[in-house]
Amino acid sequence: MWRFVLVPAAFIVLLGFFLVGLFRDPTLVPSPLINQPAPAFELPQLLEPERTLGLADLATGEPVLLNVWATWCVGCRQEHGLLVDLARRGEIPIYGLNWKDDNEAAIHWLQRLGDPYVSTAVDADGRVAIDWGVYGAPETFLLDGQGIIRYKHIGPLTEDIWQREFRPRIAALQQGRS
Amino acid sequence: MIRWLALPVLLVLSVGTAGAIDARAPLADAQKQERYERMIREIRCLVCQNEPIADSNAPLASDLRREVRERIEAGHTDAEILSFLTARYGDFVLYRPPFTPRTWLLWLAPGLLLLIGGWVFWRVISSRAGKPIDRDWVDPAEDASK
Repeated sequence: MWRFVLVPAAFIVLLGFFLVGLFRDPTLVPSPLINQPAPAFELPQLLEPERTLGLADLATGEPVLLNVWATWCVGCRQEHGLLVDLARRGEIPIYGLNWKDDNEAAIHWLQRLGDPYVSTAVDADGRVAIDWGVYGAPETFLLDGQGIIRYKHIGPLTEDIWQREFRPRIAALQQGRS
Repeated sequence: MIRWLALPVLLVLSVGTAGAIDARAPLADAQKQERYERMIREIRCLVCQNEPIADSNAPLASDLRREVRERIEAGHTDAEILSFLTARYGDFVLYRPPFTPRTWLLWLAPGLLLLIGGWVFWRVISSRAGKPIDRDWVDPAEDASK
């Protein structure tokens, strides 16, 4: 009587699906842009609106971060201290993409909390963010020196994530170059 | 009391959001407007993942609607617009994902389950074949029609 085998087997398979599902975050959508050339852009800078920031500025030969942030984003406030810290430690040049934000509020935010960015581009209407596949701030892209996206983190950065996900990748990029 | 109120209240609320979602005038070309309305039902909002961008109030959804609208106006085909979106957000933005090795289980599961059900059905039927019929049993449907 193999219904006594089949039914429990089906049950266990189903249980396996549910168990895997428990430990996955369905709000994280993996980006198809990893290991692809970053989409080109050219946007005015937040602090010097007469100058622009573009993809060419990010492809300097050194790995860089592009951090998507906004003053309306709670997670951005959470990670901001760490970004300031990373900039002070001189770990990696960080560029900002200010996403659908109010310029005045954004400038005030940087004055009040510190400015970790080499430069911040203003994406007022969100077109560049769509081009980069951004769907929720904060998002942090790791680019190699040639303007290729190597990694993307969705959600606030923490020291732990920095050490685990970013440090080894940056080290590998630097090693591969020299 | 609550039950009497629920329907009118829901109707009024749904009218309110329907108006708020797309404040822009319809596209001049009726055929393009029809394509636009169809396409925004096929694209998932990534912020509120169980809503198509047609129904979502999220700022990203409105940006994506603008993207679709402008591309339709510029004469892009549906396939071009969808591949623009999947290149950036992956197949997850599509409510009807393509048939790939990653999604074959998703697509084939209904047929597979039907086959398993059919097989179980056949087993039950054939195991009862040849057994005597219970003559006292009356079909309730047939009984009622008399």
